[in-house]
Parts: sequence; C-alpha cells; structure tokens
Amino acid sequence: MSNKPSEYRLSTQGLTKHYPGTIACQDIDLTIQPGEIHALLGENGAGKSTLVKMIYGVTAPTRGQIFWEGRPVVLRSPAMARELGIGMVFQDFALFESLRVVENVALALPKREPHRVLAKRIQTVSERYGLPIDPEKPVGSLSVGERQRVEIVRSLLQTPRLLIMDEPTSVLAPQAVERLFETLRQIAAEGCSVLYISHKLHEIRALCDRATVLRQGRVTGTCTPADETAGNLARMMIGQALPVVNRPPSKVADVALAVNTPRISSGDEHEVGLEALSFSVSRGEILGIAGISGNGQGELLRLLSGERLAPSADAIRINGEPVGQYGVAKRRERGMAYIPEDRRGQATVADLPLTDNATLTAINTQPITQYGLMRHAAIQAFTQRCIEIYQVVCSGSQAPARSLSGGNLQKFVVGRELLQMPQLLVCAQPTWGVDVGAAAFIRQKLLDLRSEQTAIVVISEEIEELFEISDRIAVIADGRLSPIRSVADSSYEQVGLWMSGLWDSEGALNA
Amino acid sequence: MLDWPIRIVRRDRPLARMRYLSPLMAIVLMMLTGMLIFLALGRDPAEGFYTFFIRPISSLYGFGELLLKATPLMLCGIGLAIGFRANVWNIGAEGQFMLGAAGATGVALTFPNLPAFLLLPLMVVSGALAGMAWGAIPAWLKTRFNANEILVSLMLVYVAGFLVSWLVFSPWRDPMGFGFPQTEMLSSAALLPRILPGTRLNIAIFLAIALVAITWIVLQHTAIGFRLRVTGRSRSAAGYAGFSIQRAVWIGLLCGGGAAGIAGMTEVAGPMGQLTDKIALGYGFAAIIVAFLGRLHPLGVLLASLLMALLFLGGEQVQQHMNLPKSISMVFQGLLLFYLLGADLLVNYRLKWNG
Repeated sequence: MSNKPSEYRLSTQGLTKHYPGTIACQDIDLTIQPGEIHALLGENGAGKSTLVKMIYGVTAPTRGQIFWEGRPVVLRSPAMARELGIGMVFQDFALFESLRVVENVALALPKREPHRVLAKRIQTVSERYGLPIDPEKPVGSLSVGERQRVEIVRSLLQTPRLLIMDEPTSVLAPQAVERLFETLRQIAAEGCSVLYISHKLHEIRALCDRATVLRQGRVTGTCTPADETAGNLARMMIGQALPVVNRPPSKVADVALAVNTPRISSGDEHEVGLEALSFSVSRGEILGIAGISGNGQGELLRLLSGERLAPSADAIRINGEPVGQYGVAKRRERGMAYIPEDRRGQATVADLPLTDNATLTAINTQPITQYGLMRHAAIQAFTQRCIEIYQVVCSGSQAPARSLSGGNLQKFVVGRELLQMPQLLVCAQPTWGVDVGAAAFIRQKLLDLRSEQTAIVVISEEIEELFEISDRIAVIADGRLSPIRSVADSSYEQVGLWMSGLWDSEGALNA
Repeated sequence: MLDWPIRIVRRDRPLARMRYLSPLMAIVLMMLTGMLIFLALGRDPAEGFYTFFIRPISSLYGFGELLLKATPLMLCGIGLAIGFRANVWNIGAEGQFMLGAAGATGVALTFPNLPAFLLLPLMVVSGALAGMAWGAIPAWLKTRFNANEILVSLMLVYVAGFLVSWLVFSPWRDPMGFGFPQTEMLSSAALLPRILPGTRLNIAIFLAIALVAITWIVLQHTAIGFRLRVTGRSRSAAGYAGFSIQRAVWIGLLCGGGAAGIAGMTEVAGPMGQLTDKIALGYGFAAIIVAFLGRLHPLGVLLASLLMALLFLGGEQVQQHMNLPKSISMVFQGLLLFYLLGADLLVNYRLKWNG
C-alpha cells in the first residue's frame, strides 16, 4: 500500500500476529486520522483484541509495521505506548477496589504529584468532559459506569492523542451510552483520535466517522458506517446477512416456577442484597430479565439454581413443589436446567474431556449411571448427540473443554442442558461473547424449547436479545426486580430507563 | 524490569506429555545429584550409586524388603491420592498411620486368644477406623469452621506421636520389657502370615495392591470418583453441578486416614510385631511424595511406592557398607520432591531465552 503514513495519527501496514496453531491477525492495514472516531468492528475472535494489544504494546506482532504520526515505531510495552500518547480503556477495569479514585489515578501516572493537586486536576477534567466522579471515593463503592469514568479520566489526564475504547458500552445503560458518546465526540473534536471497538452495529453507525471491519483475522472492508445499512455492515462482519429467529406465538400452560422470597440481605460487601421477590413463570413462556451487570443478577441466579438456598422451602416452587431448601442436584432432578454466565469456569471443567463435561449435569437426569457405576457407552452417546445436534466444532467427544472456542463451548453447554428436556430452564447471558451466527442458533433453540412447553428465565444484559425472544420482560436494578410487563407493551427506551431503577415514579404517573 | 537470560513463559496450553515425563526427569536428576553428593563426600559415585540403588534389590531377601517397605507407602499414598484429587490436602497421614497402628495393637492386646482368621481382619478394621477417626478431626474442623486441613492434619501428627508415646510408656508398656517404651510382642495369631520363604514379606502387599485396584475402579468408573474429579479441578463447576464440596472433604480425609490406619496395622502386625514409640518411620510423609510422583493415579502410586521404598533401603545400605549416615535417604527424598515440583512447572510453563 502506498499511503502516506505522515497524514495519519496511527497507521499499520501488514500487521500480523500468529499464535501456535492460529492466525489471530493477518496483514492488517489500518489508518486512523487525527480527530477521527474510528470503529474497529468484528465478531468475537475476529482479531480485534489482538490488533489492539499490538497497538498498545501488550503483544509484539509476528511481522508488520506500526507508524505513529508518520514515524515507524516498535512498541515494547504499554508504558511506551502511553509515552507516545496512546491511552486505552479496558473492558475489564484495572482498578484497585480498596484504593480511592485519586490513588488509583496516581498509580497510572508516570510522574508523582501531590494528591491534592491531582484531585483538583481530576475534578477539572471530569467536569470538562461531563464525567462526574468524586476523587476521594474508594473505587469499591463506585458503580460499574463510574469505574469506567475513572478509567477514561485516567487516560485523559495524560492528554492522549489516540484513545482506545474496548467494548465500552457493554456495562452501560442506554442513557449512559448516550452520555459516553457525547464525551467521545467532544474528545475527538479537540483533536484526539478514538479507536472504538465494538460488535454493536447501531452504536457504530451512530458514533463513528469511519470503520474498519475484521473477519477471521483479516480486514474485510473499510467504510463510512453512517452510509451503510446495518445489513451491509453485518455482511462485512459475518460474511452473510443477519440471521433471523423464528418466534411462534406462545401457548402458555400452568405455572412451572413460582418465587416468593422476603428480602435477602447480602452476605458480604461483594454481594448485592435482593429485595423481596414475587413472580412466576409458566410453561411455554420466556421471562426476560434485563439489567446492568452487578445489580443482583448473580445473586438471583444462585437463588433460582439452588447454589444458594432460599430462606424457606415454599419460597421457591417448581411445578408446585416447594424446593427452596433443596440444592442444585435435587432441583435438577425435578426438571430444572441451568446455563450459568461463566461457561469456562463454572459450566464446564477446562481440563476434562467433553464426555465428562456432559456428565457434569446429565448425571442428575440421564440414565448414565447404574448402581453408582458410570455407563461409559451411554455417556459417549449423549455427548455425541449433543455435539451433532448443536453443531459443536471440536475434535471429538474426548476433546478437553479448553480446546473449544467460546462460541462452540457455549453451544455445547446449551445443548447439554436442553437435551435433558428441562421443564424449567434458568439461563444467564446465553449468547454473551458468541458470534452472531451461533447467537441466532442458540436463541432459536431457546424458542424451540419454549414451544415444547418449557418455562424459561433468561437474564441478559442485551436488551435487543431479550426483546427478540421474551414474552414478558422485567428489569433488575440494585437488587430490586421491576414490575413484569408483556414485551408487546414495553419499549427499549422504557426498559433502558428502568435499568437505572426508576420505575416507581413512572408507576405513580400511570396510576 | 531486570533482564534475566531465561524467562518463564506460560504455555498456550499445558503440555500433557510433560505430566508423565516430569517424574522421570525428577528421578534422573535426583540420581545425578545423588552421585554428586557421593563425590562431594569423597566417595566413588559409581559405588555409591550401586550401593544405594542396585545392591538393596540384588538378592531375594532384598526384593522382599522392597515390597515390605512399599506396602505402607502404597497404602498411605493411595489414600492421600484420593483426597489430593479432590483438592483435600491431608498432610497428616503420618499421624493417621500411628493411630492405626495403635488401634490394631489395642485389639491384639485385648483379644490375645482369638484365632488369626478373626483377629487379623479385626485388627485391619480397627486400624482403619482409628486412622479414619484421626482424619475425621480435620474434616470436621474444615467443614464446620473452615479450618485449614493442611495445618490441622499436620499438627495432629505430633499429637498422635505423643498419644502413642503415652500408650507405650504407660498403660501398654511391656512389664517384661526392661522399661523400653514398647508393648509386648504380639501373639503369633496377630502377625500377618509371610508369603515368601527367605524374606520377611507378608500378605499385606496383596491387601495394598487390592486397595490400589479398588481405588482405580472407584475413581475411574463410579459416580463418586467422577464427583471427586470435578470437585478437585473446579469448585465453582462442582457447586454449579450440585456436587457437595463438604462431602468431598469427608471422603478425602476418611479415605486418607483409613488407608494410613491400615498401613499402621500392617507395620505392627508385620515387620515390627509390636507397638513402639518409633512405629512411624516417616512413611506417612514419604507417601505425599509417592502420591505426587505417581501423578495421583493408582498405577503411578504403585510404581512410586516401589521407588520410595528403594530410597529407604538405599539409605540403610550406604550406612552399612559405606559408613555414611542413613539420613542420606531423606536427602534423596527431598531431592526427588524438589525436582518433581521443578519439572512440573514445565507442564504449564516453558523457558524462554532472552535475546
């Protein structure tokens, strides 16, 4: 390519990264102009993170060149990248919870300065960019959105000329997303370039000046997102049109899950207390529960699954039977299945083969043991069925769980739970981190299960997903569950508003 | 950052082959270092190697001694492997061994007139129960108060030592024993029958092998074994699947204690023939190395117990023939564990040369 690197804030030529057995990035040419908001669009595993890690000096490229303001540079560490003027806000925050905001910021700065002075600077920057934070607060007491602001302010204090944002909206409510966008536009207007990483098409179309699309480690296109349809962008990103799920009308039968719990206070500071809950889910319907992560979803899941016992037996009923005092195994025997959020650490054991991972929960419901002995042939058959029906790409039923990609492992977990023909399915983030094709596949399977008269609870941070598959929808915020509405009677905006916990005032208005 | 010539870098995926190579590497490195030690002591390393590793098993008697020593190591090692697989860190097999020896002795002293076919099984059971009881203490404290089982089981080793001392100094002391801290010799009905003429080897080796085989089947082919395997590898997956971690703690410590207790029984009813305050010769601690060297696998434990038995015998041989201290076998045990832990690093990490 014969571009003139000097015109660009940052450009790469033929940037390539090979890992043993996989090509993460292949011949990436990327150009970012001064003051531009540039989108890096791609599915999980498309190579976005690897590319950014090379630009931020975390990993060294196998070959290829990075140019910073026209000069070829070799970035050996993030410190070197910061010195040049590259800042990055990570998806998982790198903050110490027990330290105050100002202390956290001080740790990242190259020069020492008195905390009083620094606190003042934090205040100034946060006011200027509309990112209100209190420098004296301990980070542990901040919400996820506030922590993100700390990260952004921390980057801005070093007056970067390129700010990298890695999937920043995954932790934000829709209103907060709009505020973030305004901040980013202001930063860009002042001449700082922004590299904005996301797989959410509508965000990129709303925010970004230009987009570079990655698929399977290669650039598949560069475009002006506002000029493209979402369908076009999707085609560049996944190589085909966006799959559509088929949702037949629901045929609701009797109640499968009834929850009636008093307030449950949190066990420790890392937990969210759950307010009193009262809801039920019927066979043949999907109840979607939206919310920003860390608002009690984990606690609610543990309560429903039996990892944490309810205060009394009749607080939770499955098909009318009080199960509140039963653990996971007994609830599973009564027809519950459960897909947790963390598929690598919790839903599977990384070192064990798929056969063992299938046994993990199937042992409760499938005829795979006899007199306490494992029936290896039956386990093998069950695993094989799961791999085939759920199109799990793997080297066979003996492949260790760790060898599967995130999307394939999720298909395996979903398959394992759904093949047990549950009467009640509790699932969290069923398509989190899964590519668009696999996500549509999983959503369709959930809808198929609903047609077979299973009651399903889906807890997800993706509002679009919940609107696509749910029959009724509620929001959890700060441990409180909102009223449950039929999806037909709600809107994105309303659910987004509710995510900040504001449903009481609205209820009062409607009354 | 300092620039070392070698860096330790995490492997993208663990090297499965290395899991089985690392015990072999550790053994070879132990032997090489051992020869250096002989050299440093001014002895011929070849002679040292021969005396330590070959001479002990160059006769039928020596072979019998090898299996005799391997028996308690195998028993303790297999019991520990069950717990270790479930991440239950029982370090107190030595104490559970002593309790088992005491329990078996108690039965033998109480029923001196029972015939062997009743007395011996009774001694095995009482030894196992006594060892289990000692293992139950850390299990209870762990499940009830979340007390660290490593510390509790280790501290109980010393309590067990004093308990056995008290028994042989006071209530069970042989009145005809010239005041030595030991019980009277057990009656012949309380001694395990020998199986190989010209050696001291007794039937306990079959008991140990049988227990290894049963453990293999249980771990590999039963739901209990499966649950232990999952619990050991991922607590959160175990919680998700509804496997009780508390139950795994109990199973781990009771199996470890029971097997060590049986080992204690085979020692009093075998080569010792009585209970003394020196009944435990470090078998319980050496069994920790056996379990890890054997990769927590029953077959591996069987092989590792033979090697560890050889280290015990080698120490006696160099004392006898080369006039070196017997404690040299502890040095070899230490080297083996040291190199094993070092080599195990290479399962998950690799060395990278800078520059």
